[in-house]
Amino acid sequence: MPADINASILAILPVIVLAAWASILLLIDLFFLRKRPGVTSALTALGLLVSLGLVLVRYPQTSSAFGGMITVDRFANFQNLLLLSSGLVGVALAHDYLKRLHLLRGEYYVLLMFSLTGMMLMGMASDLIIVFLGLELLSIPLYVLAGIAIPRPNSAEAALKYFLLGAFSSGFVVYGIALVYGAAASTGFREIIAAVNNGLANPLWLLLGAALILIGLGFKVALVPFHMWVPDAYHGAPTAVTAFMAVGAKAAGFAALLRLFVLVFPSLAQDLMPVFWTLAALTMTLGNVVAIAQSNIKRLLAYSSIAHAGYIIMALVPFGQVGIASEVVGSVLFYLVAYAFTSFAAWAVVIALEQNDETGLNLEDYAGLGRKYPALAAAMAVAMLSFTGIPPTLGFFGKFYLFRTVIQGGFIGLALIGVLTSLVSAYYYLRVVVIMYMRPGEPVVRQNVWLQITALGSAAVVVLLSVFAQPALTWVAQAILQLL
Amino acid sequence: MLPIEAYLVLSAVLFTLGALGVLVRQNPIIIFMSIELMLNSANLAFVAFARLHGQIDGQIFVFFVMAVAAAEVAVGLALIVTIFQARHSINLDRLNSLKG
Repeated sequence: MPADINASILAILPVIVLAAWASILLLIDLFFLRKRPGVTSALTALGLLVSLGLVLVRYPQTSSAFGGMITVDRFANFQNLLLLSSGLVGVALAHDYLKRLHLLRGEYYVLLMFSLTGMMLMGMASDLIIVFLGLELLSIPLYVLAGIAIPRPNSAEAALKYFLLGAFSSGFVVYGIALVYGAAASTGFREIIAAVNNGLANPLWLLLGAALILIGLGFKVALVPFHMWVPDAYHGAPTAVTAFMAVGAKAAGFAALLRLFVLVFPSLAQDLMPVFWTLAALTMTLGNVVAIAQSNIKRLLAYSSIAHAGYIIMALVPFGQVGIASEVVGSVLFYLVAYAFTSFAAWAVVIALEQNDETGLNLEDYAGLGRKYPALAAAMAVAMLSFTGIPPTLGFFGKFYLFRTVIQGGFIGLALIGVLTSLVSAYYYLRVVVIMYMRPGEPVVRQNVWLQITALGSAAVVVLLSVFAQPALTWVAQAILQLL
Repeated sequence: MLPIEAYLVLSAVLFTLGALGVLVRQNPIIIFMSIELMLNSANLAFVAFARLHGQIDGQIFVFFVMAVAAAEVAVGLALIVTIFQARHSINLDRLNSLKG
């Protein structure tokens, strides 16, 4: 038994390191670093890098921990790499941003790390208890982070709306888990699958439970019609938090959706496939159409993130077809990577242009950026092209693989909706590029080395990785879900 | 003893009431109470199912849900109090500076 515990602890060491480091840092910050918050961000980055190193060292290994409640497979490790990078970006973006907003609070970094541990646990969960705890561990710090700029009224409003809708969605998840437990007499994925295969599970309870879990996670990843909190929360939250939330929470939510529906509930495809189809079609359409009307860049990117959730859920529509399960997982993960790096570049530029009084966020404020700050403008242009899905960017290949998976699954109509809404999205993405390069203006930009590195580095990854898209996809597609 | 279905029906009714409360109410505290009702209806379902299966797993899950609900209360009430101090109102109708 002790050997088993040791193996379990070793398996989730990256998460443990992060959680322990966050707890220690909270105290260090409280007693020693109140006046020097720059050190806190450096120490946070150090903790994230250690955790990242631990994930990398054990990358190809797979193991099952804590009596099968946690599965560390390639999928989980890949997710962890993505999440930890988003955490590092969250730290890089916040370093200067918090300083000039007079939000010199070490809590930001500690909460970010706690939220990350929740996200990482969600990707590794092999038991509905862990899914639930991971979901809450990722959400509760994010509610606080969204409100960390209180007494700014926008931040308060964002935090309250995010909190109420987030808690509402966890109600759905918990009730769904209760019903699945009632159907299968267990919350472990392995036991649920066994119960379903042996015909022991009550089909009605199982279906209802899975549907409720889908609703709850749908709130988290912002699927229409569960998206109404997203524009307000993304707009009102401090921009560095928004950037972290837009990538991390979404990636973690989709990780849980993938593991649950591809691995545990493929037998429900008959009944739930039309639901997924409708959600995907609605999300892609509404996200892209409403984004056209936005004049605030944060709201525009919020609706764009809704639309991208629609593209990702589209690849989940054929979740019950066992033959293409690895394509489903591979294309979703690949798209998440593309979406993550594109978002990092875009949000870094948004932070660079944002002024301390929350101005500088309108599209008109980007006029003249191309002439005065060519590097930042280029990063933003790459991000916009990648969001649209124009080569040579990662976004193009991401969408290509998504559409290919959907067509392989036999949903040509849905792929058509995806292509048409992508065309619609070109209007508002390219409008940003046009404003940056064609209109004269005097943009006010905050120069900070970390912002520049994040913006240009992410844009470079988006372009360069697209050259190696095929090998990258092959590598990502090895990140299969396993049931140990 | 009541049949297990009675508990499940009650929990479904409570869950529905909670969800409706979230959708129709405007006061964050009432909304929050409705959310708690949803979580507790799930707890009731867990306990009923645990009884049905003759297991203890469901009851253990209830403890996790209660712990998480307590954490959510701590964060949620802190948020609501902070907003009340800043605005002297917590009505969601008046929280409408974010639009677009």
